[in-house]
Amino acid sequence: MRKDLRGLRRSLLHLVLAAVAALYVSPLVYMAVTSVKTREGAGSTTPQWIPHPVTLGAYREILGSTDFPAVSWFLNSLAAATGHAALVLVTAAPAAYALARLNFRGRGAVFTVIVATLFVPPVVLLVPNFLIVNELAWVDSLPAVIVPAAASAFGVFFLRQFFSTLPGELEEAAELDGCNRWQTFTRVVLPLAKPALVTLFVLSFLTNWNDFLWPLFVLLSPESLTLPAGLGNFQSANNIRYDLVMAGAMIASVPVLLLYLVAQRWIIEGISRSGLKG
Amino acid sequence: MSVLAGAATAARDPGVSETAPGAPVRRMRPWTPWAFLAPYLLLFAVFMALPIGFGFWTSLHEWDINVPAKPFVGLSNYAELFDPSSVDGSRFWTAMKATGIFTVFSVPLLIVLPLLVALLMNGRFRGRNLYRAVYFAPYVLGVAVVGLLWRFLLDGNIGLVNHYLGLDVQWTTDLPGAWVALIGVTVWWTLGLNSVIFLAGLQDIPRELYEAAMVDGAGAWHRFRAITLPGLRPVTLFVVNATILASANMFGQSYLITVGAPADQTKTAIYLIAETGLRQFDMGTASAMSFVLAAFLMAASGLVFGAFRNRRAR
Repeated sequence: MRKDLRGLRRSLLHLVLAAVAALYVSPLVYMAVTSVKTREGAGSTTPQWIPHPVTLGAYREILGSTDFPAVSWFLNSLAAATGHAALVLVTAAPAAYALARLNFRGRGAVFTVIVATLFVPPVVLLVPNFLIVNELAWVDSLPAVIVPAAASAFGVFFLRQFFSTLPGELEEAAELDGCNRWQTFTRVVLPLAKPALVTLFVLSFLTNWNDFLWPLFVLLSPESLTLPAGLGNFQSANNIRYDLVMAGAMIASVPVLLLYLVAQRWIIEGISRSGLKG
Repeated sequence: MSVLAGAATAARDPGVSETAPGAPVRRMRPWTPWAFLAPYLLLFAVFMALPIGFGFWTSLHEWDINVPAKPFVGLSNYAELFDPSSVDGSRFWTAMKATGIFTVFSVPLLIVLPLLVALLMNGRFRGRNLYRAVYFAPYVLGVAVVGLLWRFLLDGNIGLVNHYLGLDVQWTTDLPGAWVALIGVTVWWTLGLNSVIFLAGLQDIPRELYEAAMVDGAGAWHRFRAITLPGLRPVTLFVVNATILASANMFGQSYLITVGAPADQTKTAIYLIAETGLRQFDMGTASAMSFVLAAFLMAASGLVFGAFRNRRAR
């Protein structure tokens, strides 16, 4: 009797969770399905879950188009996200190590100032950073979408928390062996920090890959856009071609979904433990 | 736990004082730590510290990127915003109202629904990690993909939503349908994000507390009130605060789904600021707008932190 009740509750739980999951999977499936439809099929007023005919025409059209140069967007996105994530690691890691492990005058003050900016609403940076990027002649080029966001305190804060948990004996041993501070950091501390570094790299990559507002305004010419900014321009087209839009959305989605498949645990753990909010 | 909650405790953390316990005490050259810090501090100075001051300076000027003369106008950009009869003022408060409506209606849903999902998933059963991965997936895709996908599904003529619900609503151009669409899409997009944060919080609550309560004969509702909710307080504080800030900075959904329609009534404040400053290059006005918005956001955060602190005192 009691066991039956538990079985019933379990089935009910699965029913609810599966229904919600269907609401998540089906729109994504429809995006994929629509991307291989003809122009007419995509604009049909009755839902068509199995396209006939199946065509790669939409992909061919945007990959060869000069108005929507999706190949350039893809390469720009890849370069920007990789460059940004690498810049975050090489700047944040040594800074976080100094703040976690080195004793020096002013450390508390530096840390307080950096942490305080986590409370500054990013909207106040929008206009002045555009002016600064313009002064540097970076408007409409990749450095504009790689560099400024790396000033965020997030990476430093994230890694500092990790470095603080490492046992100090290893560093002492390294120094008894004659390592200087930099050698201790690169040869002993960084290898130990690999999980945290990978997590920060993946999170920074994803954030940059998906960033929308900033690239939309700071990148201008069609061939210098990132994927999200390029996709945003579809919206301003008078007659939206949904076969093209969904093919473009697929090109933007598949790489991050693959990354998600491989690094799912790191992404979810990293985000749920640090509360990154895009 | 979270960046902000962690930051708040870090300020009192003895580890931040001048000597860290456990850290090697060997002497080093005085400039060594600064060499470690220099690359980041350069970025921080140019793209974080400088723009905060520079943005305020800009807001005190009539500033167009293409016009060499940038006359100092004192607080008149602000005065204009607070004059609802001026063009900028009326546009700004329409946008602030849109931001307010979106925030007030989206935040409760983005707290309660993810908490429910997290509670459902807080157990051991087959497929749990798969469900978690599925719910979280849209967040990985980003707002451009999600916005365009739903712009398609919500289309008044060919969209699946109207088809399956048997409705004839113009979700992208009419009120209140547009708000339902924007809030619904946002819930779909970020439900998984808040759920995994709540779930991590739930898993930090010690099992023994529940076991002890069961021995005392406490029912499920009582255990939820007496153990789960208090145990989740730090996580909830973080999620509420972060969700308010994210909702108040909503841009992509509105840009892609409604384009601000009808008549700019779903054009949010950050949308207007970006358009005014970075498209029309009226940077003085846009900067003033962003500082007024920032003041509202900081006040909202203050209220949230205050509310959570009071509850603790009681």
